[in-house]
Amino acid sequence: MYWNSLSDFLAMGGYGLYVWGSFGMTALVMLLEPWLALRRQRAIRLLLARQLLAAMQEEEKQKKSMGAEPEETA
Amino acid sequence: MMPLTHIYKFAAPAAFYPLAGRLIPWFWGLAALFGAIGLWLGLAVAPTDFQQGEGYRIIFVHVGASWMSMFIYLVMAFWAAIGLAFNTRLSGMMAAALAPTGALFAFISLWTGALWGKPMWGTWWVWDARLTSELILLFLYVGFIALTHAIDDPRRADRAGAVLALVGVVNIPIIYFSVKWWNTLHQGASVSLTRSPSMAAIMLWSMMLCALAMWMYTIAVSLIRVRGIILERERHTNWVKALLLELNP
Amino acid sequence: MLRVVTHVIGRDLRLALRRPADVCSVLFFFILVASLFPLGVGPETELLRRLAPGVIWVGALLATMLSLPRMFAEDFHDGALEQLALAPYPLGLVVLGKTLAHWLVSGLPLALVAPLLGLQFDLPPEALATLAFAVLIGTPALSGIGAIGAALTLGLRGGGVLLSLLVLPLYIPVLVFGAGAVDASIGGMNPAAHLFLLAALTIGGLAFAPWAAAAALRIALE
Repeated sequence: MYWNSLSDFLAMGGYGLYVWGSFGMTALVMLLEPWLALRRQRAIRLLLARQLLAAMQEEEKQKKSMGAEPEETA
Repeated sequence: MMPLTHIYKFAAPAAFYPLAGRLIPWFWGLAALFGAIGLWLGLAVAPTDFQQGEGYRIIFVHVGASWMSMFIYLVMAFWAAIGLAFNTRLSGMMAAALAPTGALFAFISLWTGALWGKPMWGTWWVWDARLTSELILLFLYVGFIALTHAIDDPRRADRAGAVLALVGVVNIPIIYFSVKWWNTLHQGASVSLTRSPSMAAIMLWSMMLCALAMWMYTIAVSLIRVRGIILERERHTNWVKALLLELNP
Repeated sequence: MLRVVTHVIGRDLRLALRRPADVCSVLFFFILVASLFPLGVGPETELLRRLAPGVIWVGALLATMLSLPRMFAEDFHDGALEQLALAPYPLGLVVLGKTLAHWLVSGLPLALVAPLLGLQFDLPPEALATLAFAVLIGTPALSGIGAIGAALTLGLRGGGVLLSLLVLPLYIPVLVFGAGAVDASIGGMNPAAHLFLLAALTIGGLAFAPWAAAAALRIALE
């Protein structure tokens, strides 16, 4: 192990701000991007599923009303 | 060798969607593994650089991000060429899924380059050939994303994006050469982040592992994105309908 | 083959001459942009002479870009483009003709006006000559690369801004070598190397860009 203490490690020989700024931004981007991508994929799936269910219910309703229609007219 | 028909089978979105879903956890695992070893070597084991002190440790993320930003553009151009030549639907989706990740890596490369430049050169930004080219690469990514998002018809968006990606990939060497030429004329900075004079084997290993982790990360995140794109584009097909009903009964 | 190119050039020139205001407004945009800089940075001759190559070239880039959307838009809307795409000769040649016509009405006037702007920036005579020559041989590359962008953004909403996003990064080599040539000339050096590279960009641009633009046009017409 190269470092003597945690504060030594965090100070990075005076370059702490720059080193941790770099690693921090990289980590932030590499956590945020998959999270957003995953959330978007889920959102698409949910939206499409809801649309599909709505369309199927609509279809069923139409079928029922079509079946009922002849009686009404008779 | 795998028979060709086997590969063609996975070129169909219906077959690729579940395959991608199964592959994603593996690539996450590999990314975490390589990243953990690379960071441990780079931050805990590697000795300090006698010229740049501890500040040089920024290369462990900077170099990987720069490599990936360039590599992803090449991969995008590759998919673009395949899509134009063989008219495969999946290749355009792959290019569209890769572009945001490439742009983000270009951004990380610029960000870490600036944070390295401040202590080494005394300013956040220098018009050094590499940083300038990276900035132009980011512009090219932004152009690609803007163009593909401006076109509503997905087929046209894919094909227009493919033409743009190919034009871009032909131009990148010319742009890089012109920027280098411009830089030597105007006496740019001479210290380089990547050409550290005393690159010990341990540093090189750490750099490679971090870059490899970013590579695996890129595959994982672009597979997630491509799955979303597939669902959106194939919503009227029976297999997507079956899948949706299965997931939300 | 050559007849196709000359025919398209003649046709586009006739159309452009019917509307001289379009040509003039691009030219005045160029003059206006270049005249804004002294007002922004101050009238010191020394400073202006340093800035001149870059300012005039950036102005030329922006002026060319502004005139790009018109390259295919009219033919696209009245259906002439579809006819041209169905014609028995390669669409790339048609695009080459349109590129050259575009250069004649946008690049050539810029090259003629550029030395006048150079005078505003107090450039020495040999630098003025280099500037005019550099703009003359550099702008065809701008028209060529621009044709790709114009074809890709054909008929899209917000096409103008999008076009600049696509095209301006690709213009960077022309800017570097064009401004570099004038810079070298001001410094008393030989600008030949820059001019050769600029000419190479133009030749390469005119050889390859029309085919990429033709592919983009076919995609837009589908």
